[in-house]
Amino acid sequence: MMSNTLGTLLLVSAGGFAGAVARYWIGSRIAERFRTSLPYGTLTVNLIGSFLLGVLWGGGADGWLMALLGSGFMGAFTTFSTLKLESEALLRQGESRTAWLYMGLSYTLGLLLAYAGYIVSITYIKL
Amino acid sequence: MTVLYIGLAGIAGALARYGLSVAMNPQQVTSLPWGTLLCNLAGCLTLGFLAYLPGLKRYPDLRAALTTGFVGAFTTFSTLSWELVSMLQQQLWTIAAIYFIVSLWGGIGCIRLGRRFGLNLAAVKRGSEE
Repeated sequence: MMSNTLGTLLLVSAGGFAGAVARYWIGSRIAERFRTSLPYGTLTVNLIGSFLLGVLWGGGADGWLMALLGSGFMGAFTTFSTLKLESEALLRQGESRTAWLYMGLSYTLGLLLAYAGYIVSITYIKL
Repeated sequence: MTVLYIGLAGIAGALARYGLSVAMNPQQVTSLPWGTLLCNLAGCLTLGFLAYLPGLKRYPDLRAALTTGFVGAFTTFSTLSWELVSMLQQQLWTIAAIYFIVSLWGGIGCIRLGRRFGLNLAAVKRGSEE
């Protein structure tokens, strides 16, 4: 049991490392390309991560795979705090239209994509 | 090197989130996932503080490790999305609505509170130096 717990923590760690680094890379690449006030970098990683987490749930990923890719990678790859930091800054700077568009897109598409990933995966994929 | 610091801090953030989720989230998403909610709101408070703490800008690697690495990995959007989908699938409309609104506005509120702490601390420090 002990080694099982340790194994799970190592998987979460490995996923967390990769997820944080991948978010930094992809997020900054996209932010460089789209120099607009709408934060496309964070939006993109959050939407991709939501879809893929849905795929993991739908595919019935077991404990180990969920620790590595779910709790570890997708958990660290997507971020809630940056979404809120950016939204708050937009609201405070008087760009409330962009702020609400950003939050609206994040939540609406995030939920739809998580559900889509789940449906696609439960139909076609067995993890 | 910055990437390495972000990755290492990301491990700490992911492990802390995992621990809180195991300890506080319900087995099935039938009630509020307190673990995820606590991570996300505490993370917003911390990020608001760190992002607006002027002195931290002098240490860009430390700043990136703490904000992008630790807090970024500590908070999560994919789990929140999935938990909301799961609640809606089970037709738990009230819990879903509460969770959504608390996340949406609580997150903004925690950023504002953290920002105020950061700016106030900087002002106090400036005052004591003069």
